[in-house]
Parts: sequence; C-alpha cells; structure tokens
Amino acid sequence: MTFPILAENFLQSLMAGILLGAIYGLMCVGLAMIFGVMRVINFAQGDFMMLGMYATYYLFVAFGIQTLFGSFFGPYIAVTIAAPVLFVVGYFIHQTLISRVSGSKTAQLEGEGHYAQLILTLGIALILQNASQIVFGSIQVSVRTPLSSSAWIIGPLWGDFVEIFVNKARAIAALLSGAVIIALAVLIGRTRLGKSLRAAADNPTAATYMGIDVDFAHRIAFALGTAITAVAGGLLATNYPFQPHVGLEFVIVMYAGVVLGGLGSIIGAFWGGMTIGLVQQLSTLVLPTQLQNTAIFVAFLLIVFLRPQGFFGRVSERT
Amino acid sequence: MNAIRPYLAIIAFAAAYAVLSFFVTNSYYQLMLTLVLVWASFGLSWNILSGYTGLVSFGHASFFGLGAYTTALGAMHFDLSPWLLIPIASVIGGISGVVIGLPTFRLRSHYFALSMLAYPLAILYVFEWLGYQEVTLPIKRENAAAFMQFHDPRIYTWLALGMVIAIVLISRVIERSRFGMALLAIKQNEAAAEAAGINTLLWKLRAIAISGAIAGAVGAFYAVVLLVVTPQSVFGMLVSAQALTVTMFGGIGTVWGPVIGSAILIPLSEILHAQLGARFPGIQGVIFGLAIVIVILVAPEGIYWKAREFIQRRWPQLFARSRHSEIVAARAAATATPAATKPLPERTAASGDIILSVRGISKSFGGLKAVQNVSFDVRRGSILGIIGPNGAGKTTAFNLLNGFLRPDSGEVLVDGRNVVGWTPHQICEIGVGRTFQIMRPFARLSVADNVVVGAYVRAKTDDEARHLAHDAIVRVGLEDVADRVASQLTTKELRLMELARALAGQPRLLLLDETLAGLGAGEADQVVDVVRKLAAEGVTIVIIEHTMKAMVKLVDRFVVLDHGAVLTEGEPETVTRDPQVIEAYLGAKWSASHGQAAC
Repeated sequence: MTFPILAENFLQSLMAGILLGAIYGLMCVGLAMIFGVMRVINFAQGDFMMLGMYATYYLFVAFGIQTLFGSFFGPYIAVTIAAPVLFVVGYFIHQTLISRVSGSKTAQLEGEGHYAQLILTLGIALILQNASQIVFGSIQVSVRTPLSSSAWIIGPLWGDFVEIFVNKARAIAALLSGAVIIALAVLIGRTRLGKSLRAAADNPTAATYMGIDVDFAHRIAFALGTAITAVAGGLLATNYPFQPHVGLEFVIVMYAGVVLGGLGSIIGAFWGGMTIGLVQQLSTLVLPTQLQNTAIFVAFLLIVFLRPQGFFGRVSERT
Repeated sequence: MNAIRPYLAIIAFAAAYAVLSFFVTNSYYQLMLTLVLVWASFGLSWNILSGYTGLVSFGHASFFGLGAYTTALGAMHFDLSPWLLIPIASVIGGISGVVIGLPTFRLRSHYFALSMLAYPLAILYVFEWLGYQEVTLPIKRENAAAFMQFHDPRIYTWLALGMVIAIVLISRVIERSRFGMALLAIKQNEAAAEAAGINTLLWKLRAIAISGAIAGAVGAFYAVVLLVVTPQSVFGMLVSAQALTVTMFGGIGTVWGPVIGSAILIPLSEILHAQLGARFPGIQGVIFGLAIVIVILVAPEGIYWKAREFIQRRWPQLFARSRHSEIVAARAAATATPAATKPLPERTAASGDIILSVRGISKSFGGLKAVQNVSFDVRRGSILGIIGPNGAGKTTAFNLLNGFLRPDSGEVLVDGRNVVGWTPHQICEIGVGRTFQIMRPFARLSVADNVVVGAYVRAKTDDEARHLAHDAIVRVGLEDVADRVASQLTTKELRLMELARALAGQPRLLLLDETLAGLGAGEADQVVDVVRKLAAEGVTIVIIEHTMKAMVKLVDRFVVLDHGAVLTEGEPETVTRDPQVIEAYLGAKWSASHGQAAC
C-alpha cells in the first residue's frame, strides 16, 4: 500500500470514529445520569436504547410522520417525540421497580443494594428484549432515510488521491448529539432542578436534610438518562439495522465510556464514549471486522484494570 | 445413623429423581429431566464463587462455553471420547478461572460483575471469527458407549444425576470447612477478613478455580447431550444469566438453591416455549426476566430461605437445636478449663525490648499529606496510646501499619523485620491483630463463628480453631452471647467481639482503633478493664483514641498526632500538660487564656 491509501484509510476510520463516537458519547451521557447520580448499575440501559430505536421507527413509519414531514426531517422529528415517550417509560420503571432497591432503600440490602440492582435490571433487560421480540419480531429493521446512503466528500487532499466520505445521516446525528449534550449541560449547570440533581448525587443524605426530595431527583435522573440514551438509539437507527437484542452490544460500550470518562462527570462520559467509538473504528484498520466488538471488550477490561476503584468517589475506605 | 444424617436429604432427592426418570419414556421429557440437572449443576458452580463470596459473576458462560467447545472440537478434530474430554474441559475451566480471576479480583462489587460480563462476550466473537459458528459432535455407530452416546436417554439423566450429587457433596465439603468460612467472611466484610489473617485473594482464586472447573465440565456434558455447539448457545448472555437466575430464584448460598430453582424454572420455560414458542418467540426470556424481578422484590434471598424462614416461624420445634448451639455445647464440654487460669505475670510496663518500630513513614493522598514522617517505638508488653484530633491521621497510620495502605516512604519494623509491602493477612500471621474504628462484624455469623474466622490464622485444624475462638471469647467475657448473631449485639458487645476476633489469632501486638468510640462512661470502663487485662497477659497494645480522658489511666506512653505529624510523645502526665497538645485540641486562643490546663 502506498502512503495516500494508508492515509485515506486512516482518515476515513478517524472520521467514522468521531461521528459514531459522538452518538456513543450521547448514549454514555444517558447512562452517566443513572450511574453517576444514583450509583445504580443499570443493565437494561442497552434495552432502553433499543426501545428508543423502535419508538423512533414506529413513530416514523406507522404514525404518519414519514408522510407528514418526508424522509429528510421525519426521522429527527420522530426522535424528538420518542424522547418524552421514553422519559415516561423510565419514570415509570424507576417508580415501580428501581426505587425499591436504590436510594433510601439500600441501607437494608446487602452490598449497599448493588447486587439487587444488578440482578433486578438484568431481569428488566431480559423482559424488555424478549417481550420486544414477541411484539416487534426478530427481523432487522432500520429507519430509512435517503441521508443514510449519501455522503459529503471532503477532498481531494494531497493532490487527487485522498477523499474522505462523511455519511450525512451520521454527521447530522453527531451534530444533534452535541446539541443535546449542550442543552443538558445548561440544564444541570444553570437550573434549580440541575442543582438538586447534583446535590442528590454528591451526598444524598445531606441533600435530604437540605429539603431536597432525593427520591424525586433520582426519578428525574433515571427518566432523563433513559430518554437521552433512547435519543442516541433513535439517531443511530438511521443507518444501523437493529433487532430486539441490539442493546446487549451497547451495554459494554456505555459502561466502558462512563468508566473511562470518570464517574459522575457528564461531559467526561461523552468523551469516554467518543474514545470507544474511535477505538472501535480504528481497530478495523488492524483487526478483522468480526473482532471489532472484542476490541471494545478488551479496551473496557484494560480501562477497568488500569483505573480500578476510586471511581465510586471514595479514594480510601474509612476503617 | 448420625454419620449419614446430613446426607439423607441428598439421598432422598437422588432416589426420587432416579425413580421419576425411570418411568419417563417420552424422549423430550427425558431431555428436560437431564437439562434440569445440567442447569442445576451450572447454578451450583456459580454458587461456589458468587453465592459464597458475594462477588457476582455475570461471566460464567466463559467456563461453560470453553468446556463445551473443548468437547466439541476434541471430538471433531482428534476423535477423542467425552469420557476423556470432560475431565480435560474441567481442567481448562479451572485454569481459565485462575487466569480470569487474577486480574479481575482486584475489582470490587459491580466493577467485578461488569468485567466478568465482558469475558464471554469477547470470547464469543473470537469463536465466531475462527469459523466455529456451529460445531456438531460426530455420531458413533460402533462402540457408542465409549463415546458417551447412548440410545436410552435415561442414561444421560442418570449421569447428570451423578454429576449433581458430586457437585452438591463438593459444595458441602467447602461449606463446612475453613474454606467456606473464609469465603463467608470475605462476603460479609473483605477488609476485616484480610485483617483477621485470611488470604482473601488466595481463597477467592481457589473458589473461582473450582467453580470454573465445574462449569467447564458441565458445559462439556451439555455439548455431549445436545451434540451441537454454537457460540451463542454456550457463551451467550442467556447462559450466564441462567446460572444466576436458577440460583437466585432457588436460594443463594445454599446447595439446594440451584436445584430448586432449576427444577421449577427449566420445565416451566421449556413447556411455555413448546406450547407458545411459535406464537411468542422469546417467551422463555420473559419468564426468566419476570422470575428474577419477582424474586428480587419479594424474596431477595430466594425460595429456599423464604420457605425455611416460614417453616422456622411456623414450627419452631424443628429448629430447636441449631448448628451453632450444638457446636457451642460441644465446645463448652471440651474446654472445661479455659486457658486464662494461669497466673498473670505482674506487668512491668515499658521494660521489654522493642516489638514495633515505626521509622519515618509518610503517606499522601493527592495533595493531602495524611501522615508525614511519623516515627515511634513500642516496647513489648506496654500500652501505647495514639491520640490526636479528628483528621490527625491516626487511622491512616494504622492502615499503614497493618498493610491496608503502603507508605510512600519509611519503614515499619515488627520484631526487627520490615513489613512494608506485606499484605494485611501476612502481617496478621506474624502476630499483629487489629480492630476497626467503624466496626466490621460479619453481621450474619454468630459471635462464635465471627471469632473462629480470626482463629484460622493460627489454627491448623477446625477443632483447634474452635478452641482458640472459645478461649478468646472467654478472655473478653462474651461467653453468654457467643451463640447470638452478630447483628443483634450492642455496641459494647460488638467492640468486645472484634477484640476477641483479633485475639483468636493469638497476636503479640494488638492495634485497637477507637475501641471506646460510641460507648457510655460505664461501658467504656468495662472495655478498658478488658484491655488492661490483656496487657497484663502479655499482649502489647497500641490504641487510638481522640478523647484523652479514658486513656490517661490506661496507657504507658502517648504519641500525639496533629496534621499527620508527631506533635509530641511521652508519659501521660507530661503530654497532658504540654501546651502544644492543648493548643492542637482546643485551639490557640484557649491555650493562651488558660495557660496550663488539665484535661
């Protein structure tokens, strides 16, 4: 291979990694809301994303958004409507299930309730996946928009050789991801609700004494986290065929991103997700495509091993 | 009769199951009978690691899948018999357990669980990439039995039954030995277990090796029964989930849990799948999911424990003599004369040689210098008090002494040996015990068992450990509550129990971290008396407190810490008059206006 071809491959993967990484970043931010604020390990996060994908798909195809707004804007409008739908789903799941093993309930549970949370959310994940298979079927679908098969071309660079294709659907998705994160940063940094979320994350007991309804704050955080991850799923759905078990592939991606970004940091989670996207895309330069996911898992393990503990805020345990 | 009593339930279960399988002729139901046992075995293997240690593994499919592929590939490529391949798969499972455990045990709770999830999924893609999407075991026409291929499906059920019984027995042996005790201690409080002299990493590695070996064998057998192996069916998420579902549902931490869970869930989901699978693909997963959710919300410990609790309340006479009370009764009979009867040597304070020498240790957390250049010596047989205001670095200093933390610089010499870099259980082994400021009881164990855990570091046999534990309980005066569960004790009793746990390891040097905290004046005096008695018996004691009052009469010397550094040290009378000390405690203003003040 000559240099221009190598460079083109590299730049192409880099671009794909950045675009995909932005969407991964958004997913991770959704999880960071739940993992960071509430310290709840949620296994069903990938399945919330899957629900976001199906919600977008059905809103787009079956609820007339496609005919009303056309195939260019339709998917994005569907995503916008899917977000509040999943917000309600998350709110409801927290109220009925998660709140029983988290927040103020953890005191009586073994291991601060982490085991109960892990296993409860695993159960929720199994139900969502398999019930979706019953309801939606197991055939792969995707949100069809002409954008997903067209690209902007950067270049030619270095004479006539190097051209980089930027998939339009991915690029728009990446931009929208950035917009959602900025909006979220404003919400958390500037509003009263954001303040109570941060207080509840930092020290739930103290927050309770200051008159903050911590359970409510957790519920909002959980619902927001669900909705954000669902939006990421909806944006991804424009050029990623999916089926009910798609969530599993992304659970590890999300946790890797959140852990890498540092617990409790919303922006950190975004950059963590971005890194994972880059690892995945750049790994294709040296590894066979089937091993892309293995590369992510290995990256995840390395991240956890090289920065063990500490992420739960307690640097040294009090003895 | 007594010897086989504990096994009656197992024998009854095996006999009933064998009879049941004998009369089932439908091959589909026979397969289901086999699968119930396969998943029960897999659940049992998961239970040995996760049920006993509390480290939830979401990745048991790694061992299961490696076992299954070992058999399938061994039969396909080398024409080996499963009779040979199952043991090989077991060895591979055990080795991969150690390989996975070594790095992963550095992680705690959910990070451990998440990382375990990553292993089978990573391996899954590797096997797909290698082109083993579907491996079929070759069918043998001649000599089929030598290749574990039988016409009569009942034989598989009976083999599986033998496997379950073997694993139940292994689990029982583990449960009732120091192995099980160590794992239980790790589950309840890992730091306390380590400080009590248990090599937590070693025991965890043993647990994962055995667990992995069993899971490998079960996976291998599964491949033989089904004859087809695909990456999804042996490494998939559902496989890992199956292990913890049947165990959680049936009851965690008991051999009956996985058996009960499997016997209920597997037929249920299989029948649903057969009846409704065509119309509702995935109904199995929904059932499993619902089972998990319901169990967590209604009976987080599983059916077995819930049922046991119910029976215990309804018919208490069945449980009149619990295991603990039997042991205690036997123990009391065995040790009619406790060891504390020998005449106490008159305490010659601060006359011995130096047992502990701390030389210039420092520790920083980021920018915070928690301990700076601290040095002091402790003479054998003396009581040293380390005092200082909150945040002075007292507990950090202890953590440096017993190996929880590694000092950035400096030396800790115990009997002249530098122990910097040793693990807490090694330091415990050479005779340094400790208690904790925030108490760390093994809350679900009885007082006697709590103390037994501390005795293992000295004892070679279980009997010896029980004797040492009994002595320690007598020395602190807790005989009356020895049978009670630790979570029911008062603060004072818990403090004394922690003291007994440390004593059971027969330490020469005891580190006591705010042993008097949270006690009323009368209670504190009782504990002080016990500490004084121990010192009189020849145990060297270093005790941390932040109130001086109770300490003045107890200790021979004080070391005063402030902002991580030694402020002063000396006899109690001199230290309490030292203006620097008064200033550290009460502030410069107070010390200026009062000049000399008494404490």
